Amino acid sequence: MNRFVDLAKNPLLISSVAILALLVIGELVSPGFARGDQIVRLLTVSAILGIAAAGQNLVILGGREGIDLSIGAVISLGAVIAGNVMNGSDAAIPLAFAAACCAGFLIGLVNGLGVTYLRIPPLVMTLGMMGVIQGGLVVLSRGVPSGNAAPALMAFVNRSAFLGIPGILFVWAAIVVLMALMLKRTRFGWSIYAIGSNENAAVLTGLPARRIRVLLYGLAGLFGGFTGVCVIGYTGNSFISVGDQYVLPSVIAVVIGGTSLSGGAGSYTGTALGAIALILLQSVLTTLNLEFWGRQVIFGVTLLLLMLLYGRQARLRV
Amino acid sequence: MTGLGKLGGRTWVVTAAALIVLIVVNAVLQHNFLEPSVVQSNLTTFLPLVLVAIGQTYVILGGDIDLSVGAIVALVNVVTVTVIAAFGGDGTAVVLGLMIGMGVGAGCGLLNGLIIAGLRFQPIVTTFATSIVFSGLALWVLPQAGLPVPEPYWRTYAGTILGVPTVYVIYLLAFLLAAFLAARPFMTRLKAVGGLRAAAFQTGLDLGRLRVSAFVLSGLYGAFASLCLTGETASGDPLMGQSLAMSAISAVVLGGTALAGGVGGTLGSVLGALVVGMIGSVIFFAGLPFEYQTLVQGLIILAALAGGVLVTRR
Repeated sequence: MNRFVDLAKNPLLISSVAILALLVIGELVSPGFARGDQIVRLLTVSAILGIAAAGQNLVILGGREGIDLSIGAVISLGAVIAGNVMNGSDAAIPLAFAAACCAGFLIGLVNGLGVTYLRIPPLVMTLGMMGVIQGGLVVLSRGVPSGNAAPALMAFVNRSAFLGIPGILFVWAAIVVLMALMLKRTRFGWSIYAIGSNENAAVLTGLPARRIRVLLYGLAGLFGGFTGVCVIGYTGNSFISVGDQYVLPSVIAVVIGGTSLSGGAGSYTGTALGAIALILLQSVLTTLNLEFWGRQVIFGVTLLLLMLLYGRQARLRV
Repeated sequence: MTGLGKLGGRTWVVTAAALIVLIVVNAVLQHNFLEPSVVQSNLTTFLPLVLVAIGQTYVILGGDIDLSVGAIVALVNVVTVTVIAAFGGDGTAVVLGLMIGMGVGAGCGLLNGLIIAGLRFQPIVTTFATSIVFSGLALWVLPQAGLPVPEPYWRTYAGTILGVPTVYVIYLLAFLLAAFLAARPFMTRLKAVGGLRAAAFQTGLDLGRLRVSAFVLSGLYGAFASLCLTGETASGDPLMGQSLAMSAISAVVLGGTALAGGVGGTLGSVLGALVVGMIGSVIFFAGLPFEYQTLVQGLIILAALAGGVLVTRR
């Protein structure tokens, strides 16, 4: 009985069931929803959210109320930088990736330094950083959209690379595997869980908790910059608030993927499933032919119901 | 360092100093800054943020956070203007609209509190989810901006009550309510809940009720802010107040309330909100090129947040 309850509370299982249920509902409401090319399209959108959520996942796992609210602004910055570096030229794609990821990584490091060495609460530090980056973007772009994606990048995100599957999905699959290997099979991965669940104990065993946490924020920025390049590949051009829509959904994907907001427990595999479930839910609601407000209300209520299953905090009464 | 160390838990002193500096800078930049009419117009602009920040303080003191208050502001606004229009727009309709608006704010806060304290949900994600629901409902009530409020509403808001500008009366009422609550055992208990939840539970405090009350207060102050914004814009807007929740969190932290809960107070948050407002004002009047204004504002707020934490950290 207990094992059954444990199984029923497994986030991976719940997300998978939710994904299947949403596919069935979508297919019933609008036949063709679960067709192969539709699923590939939905997975592409999920991949963008999923890659952004990878960074979010790392800082949340690292504990100390870790969260990165600047991720949306970093995504916008990555998109704007990449757009201006490429300006439609295929040859500049590697440089665009490098520039956007470096910018994101540096911003993430600053977040990390503020959080660890200045001991600014992560929510506040990254919220402040969000304001700074948004301001920086206004200066950089002077309010005018500029730069556009190279054709090869757009093909990478939107068109089939192999068997009808676009390249970005292979990249995302690789990220899922690498994150799982890193978190569960490397010293660095284990030390993330260690500082996330009990920092004092981790420090006493000799782990450089601060340096690890700075690196986690750096990686979150790097993933944000990478996501920015994917976003401009998806849409073709960028505007300075293009990343805003990813901030809280990236946190939600992590939570419904079973990572505890207090840190130290969870997996990126869960987060990836959470991102897919979130995008599917939005897409099913779009096909439901509801008015915008109705979709919003159902979306919010469904999130609450999902959290009812396992996003809850510990009981005080033992 | 020991001198500064004594400030521990009193970041509001630092914030007050920052506020005075900002006032001086502003007075230098704008020669008419200290004229009563200019003071009143500035304080009118800052009022909604001040109110939301006071409400947010209770939630944060209790160890939670309320990201939905911006959506509550929008929902209260559209409900109020719709009720006023539906009842013919006379005096009774306005009073009814105000009361129903306050009720909606308190109800939204109650819902947040019940879900978070009762069902043990995570506050960040929960209030994000409820904010989606509240904004959806706001768009249902009033799909597009419009629907003006009757003239007496905004005339009273911009005018005076018994010779005192209405805005100042609202500040006074908000402060009296905050001062009344600060003197009650409620505040101490709330800090206990936010400081050490398990210990507070073991001393027999009714955690659930305290946390729910904090969310209701946040909803009420949000409604209060919404009614003021409505007095300023004089119409309904389902997208009103979107950035208020985040600015209010900055204001609360600037005012020395710890995000982890348990330490701080509403006075600091009021000062914090005024500082956030004044930074915007200084930058606007400093003659910076337009495109640099957001960047400089972001940098100053980040520096102020970092500075406040540095000066008072224990």
